[in-house]
Amino acid sequence: MSEQQAEQANRPPIESGCPDAFQYMHPVMRKNYGQWAYHEDPRPGVLKHVAHSGDAIWTVRAGTQRILDVTSLNILCDIGDKYADGYVRFTIRSNIEYMIDQESKVGPLIVELEKNGFVVGGTKNSVAMISHTQGWLHCDIPGTDASGVVKAMMDEVIDEFKGWNMPNRVHMTTSCCQINCGGQGDIAINVQHTKPPKINHDLVSNVCERPSVVARCPVAAIRPAQVNGKPSLEVDEKKCICCGACFPPCPPMQINDAEHTKLSVWVGGNHSNARGKPSFQKLVAAGIPNNPPRWPEATAIVKKILRAYRDDARDWERISDWVERIGWPRFFELTGLPFTKFHINNWKGARNSLNASTHIRF
Amino acid sequence: MADKHKTPMLDELEHGPWPSFISGFKRLRDQHPNERISGMANSLLGQLEHSYETRKGYWKGGTVSVFGYGSGIIPRFSEVGDAFPESKEFHTLRVQPPAGNYYTTDMLRQLGESWEKHGSGLQTFHGQTGNIMFIGSTTENTQHFFDEINEYGWDLGGAGPCVRTGMCCVGAARCEQSNIDEIKIHRTLLNNFTDDVHRPALPYKFKFKVSGCPNDCVNSIERADCAIIGTWRDDMKVDQDEVKDFVETKGRKYVIDNVITRCPTNCLSLNDDDTLEVDNRNCVKCMHCLNVMPKALSPGDDKGATILMGGKRTLKVGDLMGTVIIPFMKLDTEEDYEKLTELAEETIDFWAENGLEHERCGEMIERIGLVNFLDGIGVDVDPNMVADPTTSSYVRMDGWDDEAEKWFKDKLQSSAKA
Repeated sequence: MSEQQAEQANRPPIESGCPDAFQYMHPVMRKNYGQWAYHEDPRPGVLKHVAHSGDAIWTVRAGTQRILDVTSLNILCDIGDKYADGYVRFTIRSNIEYMIDQESKVGPLIVELEKNGFVVGGTKNSVAMISHTQGWLHCDIPGTDASGVVKAMMDEVIDEFKGWNMPNRVHMTTSCCQINCGGQGDIAINVQHTKPPKINHDLVSNVCERPSVVARCPVAAIRPAQVNGKPSLEVDEKKCICCGACFPPCPPMQINDAEHTKLSVWVGGNHSNARGKPSFQKLVAAGIPNNPPRWPEATAIVKKILRAYRDDARDWERISDWVERIGWPRFFELTGLPFTKFHINNWKGARNSLNASTHIRF
Repeated sequence: MADKHKTPMLDELEHGPWPSFISGFKRLRDQHPNERISGMANSLLGQLEHSYETRKGYWKGGTVSVFGYGSGIIPRFSEVGDAFPESKEFHTLRVQPPAGNYYTTDMLRQLGESWEKHGSGLQTFHGQTGNIMFIGSTTENTQHFFDEINEYGWDLGGAGPCVRTGMCCVGAARCEQSNIDEIKIHRTLLNNFTDDVHRPALPYKFKFKVSGCPNDCVNSIERADCAIIGTWRDDMKVDQDEVKDFVETKGRKYVIDNVITRCPTNCLSLNDDDTLEVDNRNCVKCMHCLNVMPKALSPGDDKGATILMGGKRTLKVGDLMGTVIIPFMKLDTEEDYEKLTELAEETIDFWAENGLEHERCGEMIERIGLVNFLDGIGVDVDPNMVADPTTSSYVRMDGWDDEAEKWFKDKLQSSAKA
């Protein structure tokens, strides 16, 4: 390596951290920073914010495929230059938002977005874009794909994304393993393993730091062992809850299985403090086949839940508010989903989730 | 490019009205002039099809970094690289977005061009933690791409046991419910911990998230080790003319059913003349009535933040919510910001010292108890921290008199200050 090359290879990083946002912000937003008075919802996918100064800004929100190829990114930029003011942002659910200061630009922008295959919507009481993780495309421990599940499901709930048909907004998430990077959602579609890991004992001692793997297990089911004369690990399969927490630090403990890795559906996760306190999602369905390329069984269950919620919930009730009002027995009745022993929490502090009262709806 | 891999299963994901990521990959494969990129796309499609057929993932991690950093790259090496050689190294660079995720189209194009030069041409705005994810680079090009974008203002985010990239909502830039300067808080905190972002040396990950109001649009209570949420402590503002207008448009029944009776602490009452009465003392700032009537109701003037700590997802003890550590804190002056930064530093230092390997801050609090945690970071107890006082008598209480005296003294002091 020449001296110049070596120097280039050792370029010290500029530790600039998180960049200043104001340089990329629409001038009307810069001017009225912290001075907004109210907003209106002129139509699905469009927000109008009005500042105390009288200035207004229109936002057009569009769903994308999240994993953007550079061609699609450039199309989104072209649309922004031609029909908006060249200022965009992304929501935490990977929708793109165009901000413009003239109402007359809203219509043509929507037409252009739709002409190019993007979907305008996802505001107010809609089904928002499903937030998702990496899956088979890029994760090192996935039980399923993420982009594919989301694409297949968004195809099926597209009218709910484009319209205002729901009692309140519905946030959906997917996760490809039981670490659940996808987060909390009104409806979550998550991987649920059903069998203990299959261990390749020849590789364990070379690949895994055994004490950390033992420490990682939430139920202390893993212990060091000699297998075929080699140091390895063994799993007490009666204790094992098949969570897969041992797999990331020890890839020879393969948890993913083409048949026994299933999907589960959870409802009632809500991060907002509006009305009740924030809530975690609860299990409602499991044992759902992990069925690429379009996961029809999981989508059917999600649609069943959405239908029951749409028909029975009151305005402004999120799924968690709705279930709190009608009770779980009615939820299972309305959705037609089975209630099993697996719905009853057996984890630490579980009795707090049991009904310690005579409050029962007959 | 080698022969195109057949992708019958993935082809099924080109049907339907939602934009298809598979069609995007194929555009790169079939139309991109750069052979390196079209080859990578072909290989990636081949491996993904193989995953769909066998229902298994084929990426493994490793160690890849840029010079001077220990984090920010998610290394991916293919386990089936012989069959799909052009994407056998397919690392992701996590890049910190501007707080609030604002971009100009010019900047997006520039980033896209740099990525076409060195990477796969695939990117995501943004990952679940909040990074721009540039997906698909060889080990060598990781450095080249970083060098190029670092020169024009972009830096890597966190990965591994370190302070992670932060997240804040759209906030004061566009939202009438904003109570704090989300962007300033986000940047002040993150850029105070740049070293801890780039060089993983903590027990596990630590996330900051900032929401401008209790709607908590960035999900900070459930996902952040430290959640900063805007709120106010004086009376909410009521424009009675707008209230009357709203009642007239929507009808009394709608207002009673959707506003008045939905208040979790029964603070609202509709007067006979269709104006609104608010019991502000008992309002918990849940945001529901403001969400329904944004034109009529607004946050008050005495704004600040509530800080909650210890939120996280499933691994390993199960999901935990963040809980209140600072019920209210002004964030106006530079001094206020220093206090916030100091609190964050105290917290991370104490956790770095006392957290077990792979233990999130919330799990440590669970293990050692909130009182020990507060003691460690130098914060006094406050009844806003609990849903209820303890229901168990199995607590040793021989220091009661001192603690009670302390409580009255602190109360005296704070009322003297006010």
